[in-house]
Amino acid sequence: MAAPIITESTPPPARGYWRSNQMKLAPWLFLAPGIVFFAVYVIFPIFQSFHISLYRWDGLGEARYIGMQNYERLFDDPAFYTSLWNNVRWLLLYLLAIPGGLFIALFLNQQVRGIRLYKSLFFFPFVISQVVVGLVFAWFYNPSIGLLNPILGLFGAGPVNILGNPNTVTYGIIAAGLWPQVAYCMILYLTGLNAVDPEQVEAARLDGAKGWRMLWYVILPQLRPATFIAVVVTVIGALRSFDMVSVMTSGGPFGSSRVLAYYMFEVSLSEYGFRMGYGAAIAVILFLIMLVYIAFFLWRMWREERGV
Amino acid sequence: MQFTLKSAAATLALTTALAVPASAELTGDLRIFFNDQNPAPRAAIEGMVERFQEMHPDLNIELTLIDREANKTQIRNYLTANAPDVNGWYAGNRMRPYVSAGLFEDVSDLWEGEMGEELASTRPALTLDGAQWGVPYTYYQWGIYYRTDIYDELGLTPATTWEEEIENCQAILDSGRKCYAIGTRFLWTAGGWFDYLNLRTHGYDFHMALTANEIPWTDDRVRETFAKWRELIDMGAFIDNHTAYTWQEAQPYLVNGQAAAYLMGNFIVEPLRDAGMTDDNLGFYQFPEITPGIPMAEDAPTDTLHIPAQAQNKEAAREFLRYVASAENQTIANEVLGQLPINSNAEVADDKFIQAGFEMLSNAEGGIAQFFDRDADAEMASAGMEGFQEFMVMPDNLDAILERLERTRQRILED
Repeated sequence: MAAPIITESTPPPARGYWRSNQMKLAPWLFLAPGIVFFAVYVIFPIFQSFHISLYRWDGLGEARYIGMQNYERLFDDPAFYTSLWNNVRWLLLYLLAIPGGLFIALFLNQQVRGIRLYKSLFFFPFVISQVVVGLVFAWFYNPSIGLLNPILGLFGAGPVNILGNPNTVTYGIIAAGLWPQVAYCMILYLTGLNAVDPEQVEAARLDGAKGWRMLWYVILPQLRPATFIAVVVTVIGALRSFDMVSVMTSGGPFGSSRVLAYYMFEVSLSEYGFRMGYGAAIAVILFLIMLVYIAFFLWRMWREERGV
Repeated sequence: MQFTLKSAAATLALTTALAVPASAELTGDLRIFFNDQNPAPRAAIEGMVERFQEMHPDLNIELTLIDREANKTQIRNYLTANAPDVNGWYAGNRMRPYVSAGLFEDVSDLWEGEMGEELASTRPALTLDGAQWGVPYTYYQWGIYYRTDIYDELGLTPATTWEEEIENCQAILDSGRKCYAIGTRFLWTAGGWFDYLNLRTHGYDFHMALTANEIPWTDDRVRETFAKWRELIDMGAFIDNHTAYTWQEAQPYLVNGQAAAYLMGNFIVEPLRDAGMTDDNLGFYQFPEITPGIPMAEDAPTDTLHIPAQAQNKEAAREFLRYVASAENQTIANEVLGQLPINSNAEVADDKFIQAGFEMLSNAEGGIAQFFDRDADAEMASAGMEGFQEFMVMPDNLDAILERLERTRQRILED
């Protein structure tokens, strides 16, 4: 008799915390490995860089707190401005990969025998390592054994020493960097072109659009997602251009092809680099520059997702 | 077996006149990180290890060969974590960061007594803060390697004074060749030129004071050194486009006779021989005098072995270094390396260039410098060599370059 009363007064049998929050917890559990690694290998080092940039530290002994001195010196360092200026050149010229990739993609977007082979040949430079691309171009430019000078000679142009001349070296490296980057953009556009609606093209044709007008008003708007990704990937790629510079010139001649990422490596981790704090300060500046693009990227994503 | 080995070790100790205690029964592991994978150095270290192993059969020796360039950055990692018992490095200020951070073992005890006397010539190079931090196993001379056939053809003899050097160079240029091959892509080759021009213009003490940051780079004496350099640059003495080449890539200019000479370390002889040059067309001469009366000083970089402070088996490591320093080992190892032994009782290989280097260095009254990037502070070395390269291409920028180097020096002094 008493038993039912008791059961009524007690709360329903306690369901486990897990059971009641399963729906909320499950995604976090799946995300956990990613979050942990992202935090340990990306987020934490960012703050660590901020921290180290306030110290003078050779990477071996005691670190000494020096406040903003590393930044003061950085803003007084001609090599920093050379690197920054080179980064700007990279940023602007690297964007040429986007129209370049687009036109190759448009050219290859047709049904002929063996088109798959041509496509993969065009994509090839992106598959091989940046280091190999750098080496190949360094040999190509080499004034004594390279192919470039004999080719220029055919057109009566004088011999050039692209990588040994402070005025041309950065352009030479960017040209080498563009080769794989164009291939990357091409692939992005080729996939984008698959998604172009044939009915719209048909309709535009009936309305008399062709050539550039067709491209500009009908095709390109449909390729916007591809363009967006291409811009982001290219900008980030330009800002972190390191391997090419390292392989082709080691920042030379006399530091004229340095970019921020390479200069950071040079002062802190290279053969003669023992200035961890200074390197960290450069890393922070580079991070702040990248942050502009990352913020833009996130804002676009957020806006698009809300729009859906 | 035991007996024979012991007696063998004892005989060895006697013949090498070294205090190798025959009773030393070394056990455990001995981990050695050696910083060169090229054929000759590899054979040399493997030989050392093999002979040492025979002397100490109970010791388990583990040799790791690290690429020369890779070691320059990896050393920071392995000295601070999981240190070996012996590692390869360089003498001079190049040791400084690791000595300051307490990562190298003080081996002054090894330098006491006989061994110290036999190695006396390099004691200053291994000394920092009043203690010795490693043991040298080889060094090599720097100097001018030249085409004897081109000199014969033009009726020239190797210069002993700056004026002769300039005259010879003019004759070589007039014959449609360049005087000097050089590849400055990795900067240090320009450091060799600066070292010699500065050592010859102002002497060893000035050069050492400059690399020790005691003299401003804007000093007039530094400008005098660069003025000598400029004479050659204005003549067009160096091959064109040298900024694009490594030191190896510049060798064909010498081999093909487009350039008559190459200022380099003795390690260039082996690749030149591989490229077909012989003792009949390759010669060597000492960098000529510039300021008369200044005692000749030379660059002779010393390669060394050290014991990391965190080594596990320091007893065995010390014993190994003792053996490495011995006359017997230095004779054999340097025969293989094609370089010069440091131990004064060791024998010098019968080779034209090694003999020439031995003779030159034995008479180097001025002193023996390590090399610009080993004598100067790391940061100063990198800024300096970059400045030298810029000067070689744009000599008009000298003021800006010296200004920049002086700022770097000031900053290093502030730190």
